[in-house]
Amino acid sequence: MPIPITYNLRSLRVRWTSSIVAVLGIAGTVGVFVAMLALAQGFKATLVSSGSSQNAIIRRAGATSEMESVLTRDSIRVIQDASAIERASAGPLGSPEVVVIAPFPLRRTGTDANVQIRGVSPLALKVRSNIRIIAGRFFQSGMNELVVGRNVALSYSGFDLGGTVRFGGGTWTVVGVFNGEGSAFDSEVWCDANVLNQVYQRPPNLFQSVTVRLASPGQFRELKDALTSDPRLNVQVDREIEYYEKQSRQLTTLITVLGAIVAVVMGIGAVFGALNTMYSAVVERSREIATMRAIGFATGSVVASFIIEALCIAFVGGILGCIAVLPLNRLTTGAMNWQTFSYLAFAFRVTPPLLIAGLLFALLMGLIGGVPPAIRAARAPVASALREL
Amino acid sequence: MVSVDVQGSSNALIQVRSLEKTYHRGSEELHVLQRLDLDVEAGDFVAFMGPSGSGKSTLLNLLGGLDTPTSGSIKVAGDEITRLSAGELTQWRARHVGFVFQMYNLIPVLTAYQNVELPLLLTSLSRSERRRHVEAAMALVGVADRMQHYPGQLSGGQGQRVGIARALVADPTFLLCDEPTGDLDRKSADEIMDLITRLSEEQGKTVLLVTHDPLAAQRAGAVLHLEKGVLVEAAIARTAG
Repeated sequence: MPIPITYNLRSLRVRWTSSIVAVLGIAGTVGVFVAMLALAQGFKATLVSSGSSQNAIIRRAGATSEMESVLTRDSIRVIQDASAIERASAGPLGSPEVVVIAPFPLRRTGTDANVQIRGVSPLALKVRSNIRIIAGRFFQSGMNELVVGRNVALSYSGFDLGGTVRFGGGTWTVVGVFNGEGSAFDSEVWCDANVLNQVYQRPPNLFQSVTVRLASPGQFRELKDALTSDPRLNVQVDREIEYYEKQSRQLTTLITVLGAIVAVVMGIGAVFGALNTMYSAVVERSREIATMRAIGFATGSVVASFIIEALCIAFVGGILGCIAVLPLNRLTTGAMNWQTFSYLAFAFRVTPPLLIAGLLFALLMGLIGGVPPAIRAARAPVASALREL
Repeated sequence: MVSVDVQGSSNALIQVRSLEKTYHRGSEELHVLQRLDLDVEAGDFVAFMGPSGSGKSTLLNLLGGLDTPTSGSIKVAGDEITRLSAGELTQWRARHVGFVFQMYNLIPVLTAYQNVELPLLLTSLSRSERRRHVEAAMALVGVADRMQHYPGQLSGGQGQRVGIARALVADPTFLLCDEPTGDLDRKSADEIMDLITRLSEEQGKTVLLVTHDPLAAQRAGAVLHLEKGVLVEAAIARTAG
């Protein structure tokens, strides 16, 4: 039978000042680790939720984002003839779109940040069923009117309902606010694509992408095959959800890598904290350890006992670190989306898998910090340690 | 009956033959024990005395399986313990040796009950059987009312009684007492020696005692003197007259 765990728990309590140093070191590291992952997760979730599995986005072949793509009105007509696209009374459910970015002052700091302006078709709300107007109304075709995502209304000056803003040489009136359910669209401003082309003096027959609603999600392959094999077209077809997932990858990877580097550096410090605590525990308790070994507890039991003690410290640290980052959950922040060069608002997402990852990371630190002192405890000569005062 | 300078095999519980322990300090060799022979019968109460550095503690460590000799053999209840690996020696200690230490060596964060229970955790006894054994051992040494006390809450005498209960509880082959009264006042020391004597006489325990205290040594059936690693004198066994 192993050395009873009560021994470790009570020893930790008796030596609480030393234990708490190690606990806080691990808690801090786990907190930063989970917070960074929650940031990456939030960014990814925001972009991924922008896409619908029933929608497909069509761009010029080779264009990595809408910004680099161009589609003519003729191509768009060909695309919209595809049988896999859902049809409504107004015609096929497709929204030819153009995007520009324009700087607007943030309410919080007064400094400018780029907002993505998306010119869409009047059918855009039917194509993207997750978008709902929550105040005012949708824009009227041919008018200099804007509907803005709820994050834009909250974060930028001048986007109050009924207010006017100037960009691209035109003056625009905000007529509505929409809710994009936490997607990237919440950080966008929408207007009539034709009006946007006019104001920016772009050729009226050029668009950048077209997003279509499939009759059913299963018909994606049919649409893709039909469009990519059509000799009149030179396009690439992606599920909308995959397009946004790809967009999120660069920043998500960057945040994750940075987070991992910071966590590893902090983790090394925390491991030294745990090592220090455990080594001093071994030194202070050398006579107790020798007594247990004299009584007949095997070296393996002593090693296990000290590792368990280190893991207890790590577990408490991990729990504290996780609790510390819980208030970050759903806290909105923002970052530049490098694919669109615009500012994207998103919320930290502290999910159960991230908390479990944080706890496992804590236990890993505890293990690394516990094994060398545990081995030292088990190797110490018993006979001399028994007589130590 | 204890015998020294014996040769060949015997039926004694503990048989020590040609036991040597040499330490190396730089180029110097320290012969701590020199060709020591000893037989201890089951039920004997033997005290080892001698000045510091005479090899008492080394002998105790070797007999308790805490150290290995340079040469020679130690047989306990038929087991040649000098041939055991470190892991086997640990198991052997759990089964055969009850240690009583000068500083009691109780685990400060465990209650008296939990301290006494420790050796039983290495057996296959159930929780309720362990409880029965612990309660019996603590009653035997007179600390049944101190079970839930922590070592810091016990007097020196009580602490050593708990230490003795822990040494007894798993019914080891023999008790190894290393200066058990060295940290106690005269009155407590006498009480502890009364207890150890009673364990020897009434319970038939085999007791090996290392002490500097002549009054404590007097209680033993035989007093052996160590000087410079050699057993120089065997006192007359008290029980034998």
